[in-house]
Amino acid sequence: MVEVKNLTKRYGDTTVVDNISFTVETGEVLGFLGPNGAGKSTTMNMITGYISSSSGTVTVDGSEILDDPKKVKSCIGYLPEIPPLYADMTVRKYLEFMFDLKKVRLPKKEHIDEVMRLVKISDVSERIIKHLSKGYRQRVGFAQALLGNPPVLILDEPTVGLDPQQIIEIRNLIKSLGKKHTVIFSSHVLSEISATCDRIVVISNGKIVADARTDELGTAVSGEQKLSLDVEGSQGTVLNALKVIPGVLKIRKTSELSGEVGRYIVEYQTGIDIRRDVFRAIASAGCVILNMESANETLEDSFLRLTAEDQTGNTAGGARK
Amino acid sequence: MKAILKRELSSYFNSAVAYIVMAMFFGFSGWFFVGTCFVGNTSSLSPTFNNMFVIIVFLIPIIAMKTFSEEKRQRTDQALLTSPASLFEIVMGKFLGAFILYAICCLIFFVYGLVIMFFTTPDWAVILCTTVGLLLMGGALIAIDIFVSALTESQVIAAIVGMAVGLITYMMGTIVSMIEVEWISSALSAVSFTNYYSNFTYGILDPTGIVFFISVIALFIFFTIRVFERKRWS
Repeated sequence: MVEVKNLTKRYGDTTVVDNISFTVETGEVLGFLGPNGAGKSTTMNMITGYISSSSGTVTVDGSEILDDPKKVKSCIGYLPEIPPLYADMTVRKYLEFMFDLKKVRLPKKEHIDEVMRLVKISDVSERIIKHLSKGYRQRVGFAQALLGNPPVLILDEPTVGLDPQQIIEIRNLIKSLGKKHTVIFSSHVLSEISATCDRIVVISNGKIVADARTDELGTAVSGEQKLSLDVEGSQGTVLNALKVIPGVLKIRKTSELSGEVGRYIVEYQTGIDIRRDVFRAIASAGCVILNMESANETLEDSFLRLTAEDQTGNTAGGARK
Repeated sequence: MKAILKRELSSYFNSAVAYIVMAMFFGFSGWFFVGTCFVGNTSSLSPTFNNMFVIIVFLIPIIAMKTFSEEKRQRTDQALLTSPASLFEIVMGKFLGAFILYAICCLIFFVYGLVIMFFTTPDWAVILCTTVGLLLMGGALIAIDIFVSALTESQVIAAIVGMAVGLITYMMGTIVSMIEVEWISSALSAVSFTNYYSNFTYGILDPTGIVFFISVIALFIFFTIRVFERKRWS
């Protein structure tokens, strides 16, 4: 649905977005994650045609943004970082204006009422925008993006400035929208992305440092899965028992906990679950598992590692898919 | 374009801008009208029209200053530029919005014509032609000021630069007479707004004037579109 290819943006000598590529399928919710100033907004501005790229292409539904801007723009609903609101208009007047501006061909009043219900701003429809709170303004901006039911929604930090209750509402809204629309939404808050998105693209210093499904990001970054075991039994027996399990790549004893109990980290191939085999192998070797847990990197670990690595000049090449 | 035009007009008329501009325009023109026609006992509106030039130089920047600078400051240009509307539609919508407000101001001269009818027959040709000239010249100034507004985020800067440009066009005749180099003065007088405008005040629908002002309008609308294209590509 949305294909970004080798997109680059340079301002003079500074490269803000550096040769990034990714695709988003129809009905997918893509989280665009990165620290502040990583180039998220710039990328989104290029996808929506607000600014042009220095090189590279953005294709939406088969049309290129620079070849056929009208068509591409009409199938994108965009909520920029600062919602583009006319402070002197009432909410309804503003949405009517945006409806006309976007040349939407739906019954006007019904459609605007429906969108206002969806983002819960019906009660402020006659208020002037400058008198609204930040949360309401953000939702008016959201409503504006939804006008005309565009197949692609691009949301730049849509939950900034909302209270926790509203954040949950907006997240659920994004999730439900993701069933019908293709959604790209950016945030620097990790928990938000992991709670909402099917896929995560991590960007740092203008480069993509990871692109993976939400549940696989930790694995994708480190390249393998890990299991942490606390086992009672002699080291030799435990190692021999674990070594023969199919799929196991590496075993490390990290610490001696007490007496015969040691902590082992077992690295194994992705895509399989070796926990049952581990349990049986250890048991049949006469040892006891006191604790077993996944030692995969959490999203936080991955995120911090990816963005930190990039700043020291390394790239997590293995993480790219 | 219709959506933008509608919003422009509603933003003028839902704020004080439209009313203050109209009040100033009507107030000053009324004062000049009474001062020349009644006190001077003449049916000629020409002195009124000539005096209005100065007022227009100050009023038009006030009408046009917010067109794009305010959009940029509020970041609403993002909504405009990412909408399916083309740059031409956007700039044209803004231009027509400002122009219609200005045109409503100019209609007052027909009222003065009607007032004169109570006493004598007014020279309708002069009134009509001068109003057309005033509209064209105002349109050209609006196009220039919209261009200036597209360059800055500050309404104040847009207004001041707009007024400076207006004053220079107003004083072009004096400037030309001060320059002794032949080709510069003739080049400057060729772009002097007052030269073209004065033909209209005699009751002549001057084709060169019409072409000149419409060219200026087209040129600056084109420049404004270029500002946004250049910004996008920088």
